[in-house]
Amino acid sequence: MTIEARGVVKTFGTFKALDGVDLKVANGELLALLGPSGSGKTTLLRIIAGLEWPDAGEILFDGENALDRGARERHVGFVFQHYALFRHMSVFENVAFGLRVQPRRIRKSEAQIRARVKELLDLVQLDWLADRYPSQLSGGQRQRIALARALAIEPRILLLDEPFGALDAKVRKELRQWLRTLHHSINVTSIFVTHDQEEALEVAHRVVVMDKGRIEQVGSPNDVYDAPATAFVHGFIGESIMLPVEVSGGAVHLNGRPLDLAAPGDTAGASTLFVRRHDMVIGPADSGTLHGAIIHVRSFGPVQRAEIALTEGSTIEIDAPRDRELKIGDRIGLKPRHYRIFASG
Amino acid sequence: MSIEMTLQRAPDRPAQPSDVEIAARRDPRAEPTVVRIALITLAIGFLSVFVVLPLVVVFVEAFGKGISAYLSALADPEAWSAIRLTLGVAAVSVGTNLVFGLAAAWAIAKFDFPGKTVLITLIDLPFSVSPVISGLVFVLLFGAQGFFGPWLQSHGLQILFAFPGIALATVFVTFPFVARALIPLMQEQGTQEEEAAISLGASGLQTFFRVTLPNIKWGVLYGVLLCNARAMGEFGAVSVVSGHIRGETNTMPLLVEILYNEYQMVASFAIASLLAMLALITLVAKTILERNIDEDLPHDH
Amino acid sequence: MSVLAPRRSTLPGFGLTMGLTLTWLSLIVLIPLAGLFVRSTELSLEQFWGIVTSRRTLSALKISFGLSFAAALVNLVMGTIVVWALVRYRFPGRRLFDAIVDVPFALPTAVAGVALTSLFAQKGWLGAPLAALGIKVAFTPLGIFIAMIFIGIPFVVRTVQPVLIDLDPEIEEAAASLGAGRWHIVTKVILPSLMPALLTGFALAFARAVGEYGSVIFIAGNLPNVSEIAPLLIVIRLSEFRYADATAIAVVMLVVAFVIIFAVNRLQRWAQAQASS
Repeated sequence: MTIEARGVVKTFGTFKALDGVDLKVANGELLALLGPSGSGKTTLLRIIAGLEWPDAGEILFDGENALDRGARERHVGFVFQHYALFRHMSVFENVAFGLRVQPRRIRKSEAQIRARVKELLDLVQLDWLADRYPSQLSGGQRQRIALARALAIEPRILLLDEPFGALDAKVRKELRQWLRTLHHSINVTSIFVTHDQEEALEVAHRVVVMDKGRIEQVGSPNDVYDAPATAFVHGFIGESIMLPVEVSGGAVHLNGRPLDLAAPGDTAGASTLFVRRHDMVIGPADSGTLHGAIIHVRSFGPVQRAEIALTEGSTIEIDAPRDRELKIGDRIGLKPRHYRIFASG
Repeated sequence: MSIEMTLQRAPDRPAQPSDVEIAARRDPRAEPTVVRIALITLAIGFLSVFVVLPLVVVFVEAFGKGISAYLSALADPEAWSAIRLTLGVAAVSVGTNLVFGLAAAWAIAKFDFPGKTVLITLIDLPFSVSPVISGLVFVLLFGAQGFFGPWLQSHGLQILFAFPGIALATVFVTFPFVARALIPLMQEQGTQEEEAAISLGASGLQTFFRVTLPNIKWGVLYGVLLCNARAMGEFGAVSVVSGHIRGETNTMPLLVEILYNEYQMVASFAIASLLAMLALITLVAKTILERNIDEDLPHDH
Repeated sequence: MSVLAPRRSTLPGFGLTMGLTLTWLSLIVLIPLAGLFVRSTELSLEQFWGIVTSRRTLSALKISFGLSFAAALVNLVMGTIVVWALVRYRFPGRRLFDAIVDVPFALPTAVAGVALTSLFAQKGWLGAPLAALGIKVAFTPLGIFIAMIFIGIPFVVRTVQPVLIDLDPEIEEAAASLGAGRWHIVTKVILPSLMPALLTGFALAFARAVGEYGSVIFIAGNLPNVSEIAPLLIVIRLSEFRYADATAIAVVMLVVAFVIIFAVNRLQRWAQAQASS
C-alpha cells in the first residue's frame, strides 16, 4: 500500500507540530522519520494511524482519502513507543486481541485464532512466552510482542513509534537487524520514528529528516549523509565542524581572512561552513587553507581526535587515523576534502 | 481539588528506609532520644484517647449485658427494618454513583477539554457541604412548602419522609466517591492501551470492557467501598429527610440515635457496633485495595 | 456541548459520558444547591439580616465557627506531632496507629457521637476522672470541642504525611552540614516546606468541623445560645417549619464553605508551584 501526505498541518494550542508536510511512501518501503524531539515526527505517524487528526491537509492510502476513516477502520498496525501492551492480559491474549474483537461474521474460530497467534509468536521467536504477562517480560521481548500484536490484524501498513527508544544499547542493535529481516519477510509498507540517526541510516530504505514540523530532506541513507540538503540536516546527521563564514561574490572569508574555498553560486552574506570531522586533510603548517596548532589529542577506537586552535580564531575538533602522528603544539595546515556552505538563518 | 478523597486515600508510601539506613543518617536528621520518646508518647496518647477508646467503648457498651442481650437487640424487628432500609439505600447510591463515576472518569481522564478543573471542583462539591444542608436542599425541593411539593402532593407522590428522599440525600452525599477514586487512576494510566485496542479494530464498548475496566477494577472497588461505607453511615442528611417513622424510615444510624435517646443503651450500641465493624472492615479492605491500585499504576521500566 | 467538545479524538464516548456526567451532576448536586440560593432570594435583605443576626443564630454560628477553629488548631499541632512520629520514627504498633488515623472518616458520625458521649459522660471512662478534677465535658461546649477534634484528626495527618515522606533528606543534611542545630533545622527548614500542606489540612479540618452534625449533637447538650451548633439550629428550624430561617443559616454556612474550598484550591496551586520551582 502507498501512503501520501499532502499539506498536513497540526497545531497543539500555540505549538505548531506539523507545518505543511508533503510525503509519498512507496508500496513495501521501509521508511524512517528522523528528527529531534518536537520535530513533529510522532505526530505525523499518529495522524497516519488515525490516532490524531490534522487541522488541514490530506492523507491518502493507495490514492484514497484515509481521513474519513477512524483508527479502527484503517487497518494500520501501530507499535507504541512504550508498547501499550494490555497489562492484565497474557502475551497470548495480547496478540489474539485484534482477532477476538473482529465482528462476529468475519471472526476466526478459536482454533484458527490459536494457530495464528502461535504463528506470530514463532515469527517474533517468543512462542515460549505465551502464558507470561507483560510485566514479566524484558523490554526487548515486550517490543517484539507489541509487534506481533500489531501484525495479527494483517495490517496494510505498519507504523512504529520509536521502536527501540526504551531499550538499552545492546538490545537496540540486535533488534535493528531483526526488524530489517522481518520487514523483508512480511513486506508491508512500514514507517518508523526515531531520533537516533544511526538507527535510521542502518535500518531504513529511505530517511525523512524533520525539524520544527517541516520535512528538511527525503533521501536514501547515503543521500542524507553525503549530500545534506540543508544546514540542519548537515548538523543533525553525522558529526560536523561548523565555522561561521562570510560569503561575497563566491569568495569565502573566515574572520576577514579569505579561504581557498568556493561557495555555491546562490549563497551570500553570513553563512556556515560544514566539514565532516574525518574530511579534514592534515598537512604541514604552510599547506591547506586553515591553519592552527594542536592543543589536545585523544585516541579511541580506530581514530584519534585532535583539538585545534585555529589562527583564524576558533577551536575545532578533527578526526584522523591512528597511524598519523599528532603532537600537542604542532602547527598544521588543514584542507577539507568535502565541504558545504549554507547561508545562515 | 479533592477534599476527602486525597485524604482518605493513604499516600503512597515508598519503601521505608531500613534501620541501617536510618542509623547511618541518624546524626543530621534525628532528634535527641528524649524528644523522640516524648513525641511518640504524645502521638500514641492522642490517638488512643481520641480514636481507640471511642471504638472500644462501642463494643464494651454493646456487649455490656452479655451476648444474649446483644443478639436479642439485633433481632428486634425495628432493627431488621433499619438494616434492610440501610442496605437498600446503600445499593441505590452505590449503583447510581458507580455508573456516574465511570462516565465522569472516562470523560475527564481520557479527553482534554476546557473547564476540566471546574468540573472536577463541582463534582467534589458535596464533600464540602454540611450533611444537614445536603438534606435541607431536598426538603426545599420536595417538602410541603418546596418547589415541587404541591405538584407531588396532587399526584400522590411521596419523596420526603420516604425511601426516595433518603436515597436522594444519600446519593448527594456520596456523589463524588467513585469518580474521585477513578479520575486520578485513569489519568495516570493514560490512553495508550485504549488507542492500541482501537487501532487493533476494537469497538468503543469492547475497548472499555476488555481493556479499561480490567485495568481499573481495583479503583472501582475502592470507590464502591468508600461510597458504600458513607452511604450506610450517613446521619445528618438522612436525619433531615427521613421523618423518623419507626420501622419505616429509620436507617441504622438514625436508629442508633433514637434508641440512645430512649436510654436503650445495649440496643443502641448493638446497632452502633455493626456500623463500627463495617467501618473497620472498610479500613482493612481499603488498605488492601490501595496496594492493588498501586500495582495498576503504570511504572516506568 | 460544542464548547466542551475536544478535538476529534480516537477514543469514542466523549459525548455520551460527558452528557451523562453533566446531566447527573446538575440533577443531583447543582439544581438542589441552586434551589437553596433561589429560596434565600425570596427573603428581603432585612429579613435575611434579621435572621442571621438574631441572638440564637449568632450564638450558634459563633459556637460552630469558634470551636471549629479551636479544634482545627489542636489538630494542627497534634496532627503534626502524629505525622512526625509516624513518618520519622519506628515504634511498635506504628502501622496500626497509621491505619487508625482514618477511623474518624470511616466511623459513622452517629456512632462516634454516642461513643464519645458515653466516654466523656460523668460516669464514663474519661468523664469520671475529669469530673473528679471539676471538669465537665459532656453536654457542655467542651464536649463539642472534643467531638470536633475527633472528626478533624485525619485531615492534617493525611495532607502532611505524603509531603513529609517526599521531603528530600539532602535539604536537612545540607542545613546540618552548614552548622544548623536540630531545632533550627526543624523550625526554619522543615516546617516552612510543610506549610502549604499544614494550612490545607487545617482549612479542611476547620471546614469539616463547621458542618459536622452527627458526632457533635449527642455530646453537645444543645442548649440554645450555649451549646447549640449551627447545623442543629437548621434542623430545629426545619422541624418548626421555619424554612426561611433554616435557609438563611444554610446560605451563610455554604458561602463560608465555598470560600474555604476556594482558599484550599489556591493553597494547593501555590504548593504545587512551590514544589515545582
